[in-house]
Amino acid sequence: MPWVLKGFNLLIGKGEFHLVLGASGCGKTTALNLLAGFERPSSGRILLDGHEVTGPGVDRMVIFQGDDSLYPWLRALENVEFGLRIEGLPKRVRRDKAREYLHLVGLAGHEEKFPSELSGGMKQRIQIARALVCRSPVILMDEPFAAVDAQTRSILQEELSQIWERTRCTIFFITHDIAEAVLLADRISVMKAGPASCIKETLVVDMPRPRSPGDPVFARYYDRVHSILTTGVRRASERQPEGRQE
Amino acid sequence: MTRGFVLTRLVHVAARSALTYALPIGVFIVLWQVWSDVYGVPQLFPPPSTTFRTLLSMLADGSLVRDAAASMARIGTGFVIGSVIGAFLGLLMGSSRIVREVLDPYVNFLRFISGVAWISIFIVWFGIGEASKVVLIVYTTVFTVLLNTVAGVVAVSPNKLRAARCLGASRRQLFFLVTLPATGRFILTGMRLSMANSFLVIVAAEMVQADSGIGFVIIAARLFLAPDVIFSGMIVLGLLGLLSDRLLTIGSWLCFRRYYLQN
Repeated sequence: MPWVLKGFNLLIGKGEFHLVLGASGCGKTTALNLLAGFERPSSGRILLDGHEVTGPGVDRMVIFQGDDSLYPWLRALENVEFGLRIEGLPKRVRRDKAREYLHLVGLAGHEEKFPSELSGGMKQRIQIARALVCRSPVILMDEPFAAVDAQTRSILQEELSQIWERTRCTIFFITHDIAEAVLLADRISVMKAGPASCIKETLVVDMPRPRSPGDPVFARYYDRVHSILTTGVRRASERQPEGRQE
Repeated sequence: MTRGFVLTRLVHVAARSALTYALPIGVFIVLWQVWSDVYGVPQLFPPPSTTFRTLLSMLADGSLVRDAAASMARIGTGFVIGSVIGAFLGLLMGSSRIVREVLDPYVNFLRFISGVAWISIFIVWFGIGEASKVVLIVYTTVFTVLLNTVAGVVAVSPNKLRAARCLGASRRQLFFLVTLPATGRFILTGMRLSMANSFLVIVAAEMVQADSGIGFVIIAARLFLAPDVIFSGMIVLGLLGLLSDRLLTIGSWLCFRRYYLQN
């Protein structure tokens, strides 16, 4: 069997906002599924705080790309309190907590709405609130803003940045959008094109926040990441003329 | 979705139904009258007027209510039991690959054998009373509900389950908090479909062996050459079926409408 990931080594610091960037089909989502514990590595190990990851757990929340991870039969507030319900918290406590986090993501006043009554951007906010309310130290994000319109995306990116500065959780965020990576990351890991993908280069984004795409420093980082990314893709597309779909 | 919204929605549906049904019924009665006149032998093809007179007299002497109630009791009992069994087995088959693979051949063999083919056997096994008819309806209901339920469980998007696992759900919680509610609308659709099937087979069963029920009325009318009674029975069947379906649809929408929502 061919390897999806091979020689994939990554060390992420506590409280770090780490972006993983790569072309479609390079194995980004596989890496995230391994960290989340949805899949087990055929070889190699994943350690969180010194303990091996063997399955999904409340110490690692996942924000999925689409909205199909929300429960359409639950109202916004009920979706957010889902994890607390599983935990077995009394109703009053979890209601209050869920409301607090719904406010944090800017959805005050939408508590009683069902997901079908909310826009794509709002649904992603619910996902974020649902993950944050559990106070997990690690959040794994799988291209969470890829399916929302550009304007909403930039608002969500800014808000995520603020939420991260406030909560200081560790974020593992995968994307194929270079601007998104430069905007959000402490460090960016660029992946080689698949199969048998690994991390080609990790670079530190040393730029104060909030960051602006108009900043010349931003443009320099953008170009740097872009050149790292495209050399690999070009080489890969020479090998595999049809390319691969993710 | 407030109370007020539900009410206006119901009024709207009722008004629209009245409009969409009044015209087709009128056209139908006119065509029936014309066809009957053209046929020319009212003893064999009674016009609507004769039929409705018969229908009213059956209603007046209480026999119609008794027979309709007998049929509905059989359908109702069998339908409820069959839906419960079908949903239970469907959830089991959908959730467990082993159960699915073991039961699949039986389900896919039996579901092609119409309940009608079983009637004589059921009478021999369960007697000439109510039990054999109820078993027949149970049999008819189980497969449709079961297959819809399995389809529903399989269609639960993996990310819904993954998100719940991240949030710490046990297998039991995954089932009751994700799989079951996500499958709700599929189970209800299966129930609606099998309700129609139940109406089809109960008539056959009552024709073979019964002393009450709409099927019995129709087969007895054949012996007395009373097509107006047969027509009356058919009208009652159609109306009862329509009513049951509407009640089931509106009832499930009122009680379970959040499970019909999609992202």
